[in-house]
Amino acid sequence: MAQTTELAVVRRRQGASVIDMPAHIDITSEATLDTAYSEIDPQGSLLLNFTGTEYINSSGIALIVSILARSRKEHRSVAAYGLSDHYREIFEVTRLADFMGVFPNEQAAMAGKQ
Amino acid sequence: MMTWARTLRRVVGLGSASGAHAEVQRAAMVARRQAVERPPIDIAPNDPLLAFFAASRGAVSLDELELDSPAVRALRARGTKLVVPLISQGELIGLLDLGPRLSDQEYSREDRRLLDKLAGQAAPAVRVAQLVREQEVEVRARERLEQEMRVAQLIQQQFLPKRLPELRGWSLASYYRAAREVGGDFYDFIELPEGNIGLVVGDVTGHGVPAALVMATTRSILRSDAPRLVSPSAVLARANDLLHGDIPPNMFVTCLFAVLQPSSGRLRYANAGHDLPYVSSDGRVRELRATGMPLGLMPGMVYEEKDAQIAPGESLLLHSDGLAEAHDPQRNMFGFPRMREIVAKHSGGQTLIDELLKDLGTFTGSGWEQEDDITLVTLVRAPGVEDRVLDEFQLQSVSGNEREAMERVARSVSDLKLSARGLERLKTAVSEAAMNAIEHGNQQRAELPVRIEVSTANGDLIVRIIDHGGGREIPEATTPDLEAKLAGLQKPRGWGLFLIKNMVDDLRVTSDEKHHTVELIMRLDGGNNGAND
Repeated sequence: MAQTTELAVVRRRQGASVIDMPAHIDITSEATLDTAYSEIDPQGSLLLNFTGTEYINSSGIALIVSILARSRKEHRSVAAYGLSDHYREIFEVTRLADFMGVFPNEQAAMAGKQ
Repeated sequence: MMTWARTLRRVVGLGSASGAHAEVQRAAMVARRQAVERPPIDIAPNDPLLAFFAASRGAVSLDELELDSPAVRALRARGTKLVVPLISQGELIGLLDLGPRLSDQEYSREDRRLLDKLAGQAAPAVRVAQLVREQEVEVRARERLEQEMRVAQLIQQQFLPKRLPELRGWSLASYYRAAREVGGDFYDFIELPEGNIGLVVGDVTGHGVPAALVMATTRSILRSDAPRLVSPSAVLARANDLLHGDIPPNMFVTCLFAVLQPSSGRLRYANAGHDLPYVSSDGRVRELRATGMPLGLMPGMVYEEKDAQIAPGESLLLHSDGLAEAHDPQRNMFGFPRMREIVAKHSGGQTLIDELLKDLGTFTGSGWEQEDDITLVTLVRAPGVEDRVLDEFQLQSVSGNEREAMERVARSVSDLKLSARGLERLKTAVSEAAMNAIEHGNQQRAELPVRIEVSTANGDLIVRIIDHGGGREIPEATTPDLEAKLAGLQKPRGWGLFLIKNMVDDLRVTSDEKHHTVELIMRLDGGNNGAND
């Protein structure tokens, strides 16, 4: 589900929580991502949907690292999908892709989660 | 006559023999004891003795022979008394060479009759033995030749470049194929001071192990002297003096040595009698001429040194004569004019090599056995980008303006036709550097501008981001420890410089008392602009 919003939206999908990530992920996204994380199910996997994301900077990377760190603390598996080729490369360069599954779309991410 | 000469090289000689039939058994014992085979003597094809036995078929006492024959003199000198021709299928294949009888009596008519009979029966067996031995010699010679070819191939492969050097702004391709009897072709790339590179292509006369060894020696001399001398004429003069006297008198080496400055396209070269390199672009071809004798012929040679410029988009072809001097079934030569035509039609690189080989295949037809080694090396200089300023602007130091910087730089480079991935990388690097300038350099003081300059120089795209953070220590770009961040041992931030460094080909940071400048450099001929795209 593509979106162009600065807000993060939380959905449920087959027992997993999905956060539709904002169009731009930078320092200004901190509050919306914090809120979104607080709205996800206490248990179950977390899927980060980057389909509508156009821009991520180093502050945005730091916010994603924070989400991943919190999830790991809660023993929650995290997967990402919908990244453009460029940000998929950034996930590899930063090694975020070593700590979360990276999938092309929601269907693949759901299948990969199970 | 050649057959006779070869056959008669081995004269069957019994040192002493009993003659009489009553003495046959004793003779056999004596023969076993004392009459070992004596060394063969050579009989020249025109020796009168051969003409004599062509007409006479029986045993002949040497004393009765009145021939002016070197062979007869040689036989007499070693004490031969009687010679008996060995004839197989009408062909004289050898002579029985008998010394004096043990009884010191003359050979009787009966002895001769017996010996003639013996010779008639022995000749076919001797002939078979001769043929077997000749075949063995041929097999051994063939095996030696094949072994030598394997050794020559091994030496040559050992000394040819294992991979092509990576020259910024240039694309290189090479082809080398040894002839069945490996020739002495070689090529090499030698790293030289100040980023220059030595280009070598050469050909040693002859084939096989000797040529391969001279090739290896020449390569070693060039490799050891080139970095010290650099000047192509001096390098060849030195190689000539070292090779002269060390290589066999009938051998020499043709060799082109050039020094390329990749950044400018300047090519200095000298030539020791090697095929002239071609420089081509847009259908025009020029030859790089410089005079000089092949290496190893005479000491104290002087080599002319020339200077050439390989312009952006131009292509250089170094080659050996194996291609130009290939022949078709009618013995017509492929020739340099034909080669030059192909060079004019194609832009260089692997395409040119493929086209040259395709044309060669058509010319020689199927079943062609390669006559000499073929070596082709091409260097193509990437089409240049004019040095110019693409954009200069300033931003207020307000958080979020880094995205404006990113979008404006992206617009300013639209003419450069960066790859999609290259452009995304550039945008991320600019955004991160601009954000650092706003937040750290200018401390988000809106009145302090961040200056951004976008330009091209020497085939590079350069984005300079200048802030007012001079005089402060600049942190090094280190690799963040993601495990520590995920474990909560470090803050999640600290990705900026690391990302920039990974997005561009070079990151230069300089600082003076007032300003702090970050230079983002992206190569326009590959690197982060072209890789994986």
